[in-house]
Amino acid sequence: MATHAEQLTPPAVRISGLTRSFGARDVLDGIDLDIPAGQFVALLGHSGSGKSTLLRAIAGLDHQVTGSGELAAPQRLSVVFQDSRLLPWRRVLDNVILGTRGKDAAERGRAALTEVGLAGRERAWPNELSGGEAQRAALARSLVWDPELLLADEPFGALDALTRIRMHTLLRELWERHRPSVLLVTHDVDEAIVLADRVLVLDQGRIGLDVSVDVPHPRSYRDPLLGEYRERLFAALGVTEDVQGATT
Amino acid sequence: MTERVLDGSTAIRPRPADHEPEHGRAHERAPVTRRSTRGLAPGRRLPASRLTGPVLFLALWAAASAAGQLDPGAIPAPWTVLRTAAHLWTDGTLGSDITTSLRRAGYGFAIGLVGGVALALAAGLSRVGEALIDGTVQLNRAIPTLGLIPLFILWLGIGETFKITIIAIVVYIPIYLNLHSALSGIDNRFVELGEVLGLSRVQFIRQIVIPGALPGFFVGLRLGVTGSWLSLVVLEQINATSGLGYMMFQAQNYGRTDVIIVGLLIYGIFGLVSDSAVRLIERRVLSWRRTLSN
Repeated sequence: MATHAEQLTPPAVRISGLTRSFGARDVLDGIDLDIPAGQFVALLGHSGSGKSTLLRAIAGLDHQVTGSGELAAPQRLSVVFQDSRLLPWRRVLDNVILGTRGKDAAERGRAALTEVGLAGRERAWPNELSGGEAQRAALARSLVWDPELLLADEPFGALDALTRIRMHTLLRELWERHRPSVLLVTHDVDEAIVLADRVLVLDQGRIGLDVSVDVPHPRSYRDPLLGEYRERLFAALGVTEDVQGATT
Repeated sequence: MTERVLDGSTAIRPRPADHEPEHGRAHERAPVTRRSTRGLAPGRRLPASRLTGPVLFLALWAAASAAGQLDPGAIPAPWTVLRTAAHLWTDGTLGSDITTSLRRAGYGFAIGLVGGVALALAAGLSRVGEALIDGTVQLNRAIPTLGLIPLFILWLGIGETFKITIIAIVVYIPIYLNLHSALSGIDNRFVELGEVLGLSRVQFIRQIVIPGALPGFFVGLRLGVTGSWLSLVVLEQINATSGLGYMMFQAQNYGRTDVIIVGLLIYGIFGLVSDSAVRLIERRVLSWRRTLSN
C-alpha cells in the first residue's frame, strides 16, 4: 500500500548519494532520503552532525560548500530559522509579506498572522515582539508562500520551555491544515517524537536510524507509548541510561 | 550552523534607568534592612541639562564683565557683542557674509553628500566598483584634505570653486566610509533570508541592504556636516574676500574681539542647527530603533 501511495504522489524531496564537505571533512557522506509529500519528518543529531548542512543543502543555501549527489526539492519551499530573522526596520506585516507579489499580498499576510495568533500585531515593530511572538511571525512568513515543503532549523531552540510547548501545538495544527512536507531539524528527542511521524537520526554523515512514530495525535510528552521511541533514539544518539536520567 | 541567537544587529541596550526611581525611594524609606545593589547608572537626567552649562557660563561672563573684572579689549561684555551683531546686521555686511558662507557650505556639502553616497553605493553593491573605488578613496582619506589647499589653489584659483571643492572632499570621505562599511557589513543571516524568499537583486538591495545600512549612513552624515563647517572656517580665514571667516580675519587686524565673537557665535549656531536637523531626520527615518532606546 505504501508503494502504491508513493506512485500516486511523487516524493516532495528526493536525495541520493548527497555528499557535502567543509575542507577535508565530509559532513554529509552519501545521504539517501525520500520525503513523501505531506510527511512530517524530524531530523535528530548531535551538534555538528550535519543536520543544518542537510537542511541548507535542501534549501539551496550552501553555495560555498563542495559536494556531489542528486537532490530534488519543490520550488515552493519555506525555511524557518532558529532566530526569527525578522527585518528590524519593517513592521511585522511587511516582514511577513517580504518578497511576495500581487494585490492580495497584504490580505494573505494578515490571514497568516491571524493563523499564528498574531492578529492585531500587524503594525508592530519586530523589536516589540517577544521571542515566541517573533517566531510566530516567522512561521506566518513561511505560510504566506503556501509551501509544499517547510524546512525548520531548530525553530524553537531559543525559546523557553513553556513557549516551546505552545509552539509545538501551533506547528502541528498548521501542518494538519496545510499538509506541507516538513523537515524539522532539532536536537531535542522529545520535540521530535511529539511532533513528527517519522524521525531520522543523522550520524557520521549518514542516516543512522529511520523510524516511523505510529502514535496517534495529539501526543503528550508523558505518553507511555513514546517511551520506547525515546529509548531507541537516545540509544542511536549514543546517550547512555545515566545521562538520560540526568537530562530528562 | 545558526548559533547566533536572535538579532545581533539591533544593539539591544539594557535600560538600568528603569530601576532607578524605585531604587532611590528604597533608600528614603529604608527601615527594613534589605540587600540593595549599588546603582551604577548615572541616574535620571536633570531637566534641560544640556542648557545648564552654557547658561551658567553666560551668567559668569556677564557678571565678570559688569564687575569690571574682564578687559573689554580681550573679552567684551555679552551686551557689547549683541550690540555689535545688531549693528553689523543693520548695515548689511553681516547678512551678506552669512549668505556667502552658507552658500559655500551648502554647495560643498550637497556635492560631497551626493558624491559620497554615489561612490559608496557603487563600491558597496558591486565587486567591480569596490575594486575601482574603495582603494582610491582609502588613499584619498589618508591625505589630510586641508593639506590639498595649496595644490587646489594652483589648479582652481582662490575663487568659490576651489572652496566648494575642498568642502565637498572633506564631506564625502566620512559619508563614503560609513555608508560603504554599512553596506558591506550587511548581516549574512539576512542575505540567506533574501535567498530563501527568492528576492531579486533589486528587491534585496532596496528592502534589505539599503535600510540596513541607514544607521551607518547617518553616522557619516553627521560627521560630514561637522566637516563642512570645519573646512569652511579654515578656508574663509586663509584666503577669502567675503564671508564670516573673512569678517573675523579683518576684525583681528583691527583688534575687534566683539566682531570675532559674533562670528564664532554664528558658526556655533550653524553647527548646532544643522546637527539637530540631521538628528531629527535620523529619528524620523530610523523610527524602528526608537522602541529600543525610547
